[in-house]
Amino acid sequence: MSTMTFGRAINAGLRRAMDEDPKVILMGEDIGKLGGVFRITDGLQKDFGAHRVLDSPLAEAAIMGTAVGMAYRGYRPVVEIQFDGFIYPAFDQIVCQVAKLHYRTQGAVRMPITIRVPFGGGIGSPEHHSESPEAYFTHTSGLRVISVSNPQDAYTMIQQAIRSDDPVLYFEPKRRYHVKGEVDEAVDPASSDMGAAHVVTRGTDVTLVTYGPLVPTARDAAIAASDDGVSIEVIDLRSLAPIDFATVEASVRKTGRLVVTHEAAQSGGLGAEIAASITERCFDYLEHAPVRVTGFDIPYPYSKLEFHHLPDLDRILDGVDRALRRPNSLSGPETEGAAL
Amino acid sequence: MTEDSTQPGAGSDSGSYPQGTAPSGTGGTVHPGPGREGADDLVRLVDHHGVRHPNRHYDALVADVDGAALQKLYEDMVVVRRIDAEATALQRQGELALWPPLLGQEAAQIGSGRALRSDDFVFSSYRENAVAYCRGVDLADILRVWRGNASSGWDPYTINMATPQVIIGAQTLHATGYAMGIINDGADSVAVTYFGDGATSQGDVNEAMVFAASYQAPVIFFCQNNHWAISEPVGLQAHVPIARRAPGFGIPSVRVDGNDVLACLAVTREALARARSGGGPTFIEAVTYRMGPHTTADDPTRYRDANELEDWAARDPLARIATLLDSLGLLGADYSDAVKAKADAVAAELREGCLSMPEPAPSDVFRHVYSEPNSWLERQQDHYERYLASFAPAPQEGTR
Repeated sequence: MSTMTFGRAINAGLRRAMDEDPKVILMGEDIGKLGGVFRITDGLQKDFGAHRVLDSPLAEAAIMGTAVGMAYRGYRPVVEIQFDGFIYPAFDQIVCQVAKLHYRTQGAVRMPITIRVPFGGGIGSPEHHSESPEAYFTHTSGLRVISVSNPQDAYTMIQQAIRSDDPVLYFEPKRRYHVKGEVDEAVDPASSDMGAAHVVTRGTDVTLVTYGPLVPTARDAAIAASDDGVSIEVIDLRSLAPIDFATVEASVRKTGRLVVTHEAAQSGGLGAEIAASITERCFDYLEHAPVRVTGFDIPYPYSKLEFHHLPDLDRILDGVDRALRRPNSLSGPETEGAAL
Repeated sequence: MTEDSTQPGAGSDSGSYPQGTAPSGTGGTVHPGPGREGADDLVRLVDHHGVRHPNRHYDALVADVDGAALQKLYEDMVVVRRIDAEATALQRQGELALWPPLLGQEAAQIGSGRALRSDDFVFSSYRENAVAYCRGVDLADILRVWRGNASSGWDPYTINMATPQVIIGAQTLHATGYAMGIINDGADSVAVTYFGDGATSQGDVNEAMVFAASYQAPVIFFCQNNHWAISEPVGLQAHVPIARRAPGFGIPSVRVDGNDVLACLAVTREALARARSGGGPTFIEAVTYRMGPHTTADDPTRYRDANELEDWAARDPLARIATLLDSLGLLGADYSDAVKAKADAVAAELREGCLSMPEPAPSDVFRHVYSEPNSWLERQQDHYERYLASFAPAPQEGTR
């Protein structure tokens, strides 16, 4: 067991995957000598060579398209998209090729490509550097989408993503890169399932579902709520496509209330999918309509306003209050017990 | 342009570029060097009259092509033209939903396709059925997509050819990436990507050339300039001959008469040799003509002049080789009958393979989306199978 930052944990996971499988190669902009703009690949080109850690010309579609060709040839490319908002030039190759080639070729061609995407806001960046585009990809059949929330998962799940024969988008919460945590580097990636959601805080009154950067915020919300006599069960989804609905469903059957929070915009987002699926699966157990606490349906705002956009502890607790029909921002203080 | 005006139709190879913008002397290998013969823009070894012209650079590359080999190339072109005609007929008879004819492009595809080694890997668009034939595809597999029985026809690794790409130009990046993998493997095989003049406007194709040059990847960009991207003439895609773009990326390029099977073989062999020896990518512009519609759903009479088609019919890739063979005394009745019998047999095999193709099962709709179990899909499949089962005949009375 050792203590390391979130970013260092990804680096350690990449290193181990490259040590174990010579077909694992890294591709991306500035990932070689520089080690990436976030230093996630720091030292890897020096240790594994420029033929395994490729500094790519600045063309995301081409990085993805050449990764497809590498996968055809039997490699397991790990592509770094420098920032979330830069992924769109690669969207065609991801959606039309990476996601569909296995289906198109009736299983003959596998696409074991891992696409690392630093995502989410909160770092004061200009436009295109703080987005949460995960729903575009969870809506695309053929892709798996995961998001990590702590150093141990970051370490283990990057290896699981690379080992998967299906293409995996690996969303890294960039504002948590410097968070430290305990990492057991001896853990066998095969001993756990990257598709499983984790209950990170046990509770009985409300199920709070989230992933990636908002998991620590949700845990803080649960601590704050407990001071107020409210018991929140926090679920870290970890896998966004597919979602481990069995775990969410089991929790909601117990609590009867569901709150979903994510940084991405609300409409057509993952919160909508989770609310609909859980309503379908356990309608009779719900005491209140599912509540979404999300970013607004706006382009990601300039940095001085970003904390109005991003769900924080208080907005999450307000959503919890709505689910519990306690006084909240929509009901006002006088309407306790009123249905919303 | 300064093509030999004694050749009927000469000059219209470049005539589709906007007036006055097509530069003269953009001949042969733009970089590095040899290949220009006389005033002609194109590498051409057999003209449309069936006359074999000596070429001090390219002759050596086809020195092994004796009479028998030339007969084989001609047979290939006859066969693939027959495949094309049979598939078109199958579409007209309702057996295929759609078909993209290659009529007119036989020489470009056979000449290049026959230059390849089995361990080279092809990434093509949807019109390269003659290349697939060269790779040894099972004939019916060509039709599976167009009959709607599958999203692709074959396992790419069995013939080292990816199944046809529909997104225009996307496959050029796959070829480049594959070639980057070849470098890492220390192999001497080559990735070859086929695309059309329309595709050269796509970002993917241009980005592929950037990457191919940067990594010196062993990839051949084989552009069949067939003059038409559905209804859009090549002049809308390019203001200069397409081959001239490649040197700007640091990639040597060559314009070849795409209706001359011998010249196509020669330039492809040169590019392959360069790639195998570490010389990196080559761009080949094979100037040819799509004599048919874009697909069987298209109607070219709405957008192109019948005279243009006549001009190109006079430069037919098969006719010129037939004339050459005849002049060499190699087009005897026995040979001609054998070629015809081969084409008939292939067409019959194609038709039989089409009509006897197994129908997919309803549950196949869910197969191979993922290689690993997926809880979302399993749930949907389970629901759908139970839904389908609900239509099963009810048990008859007394059987309970």
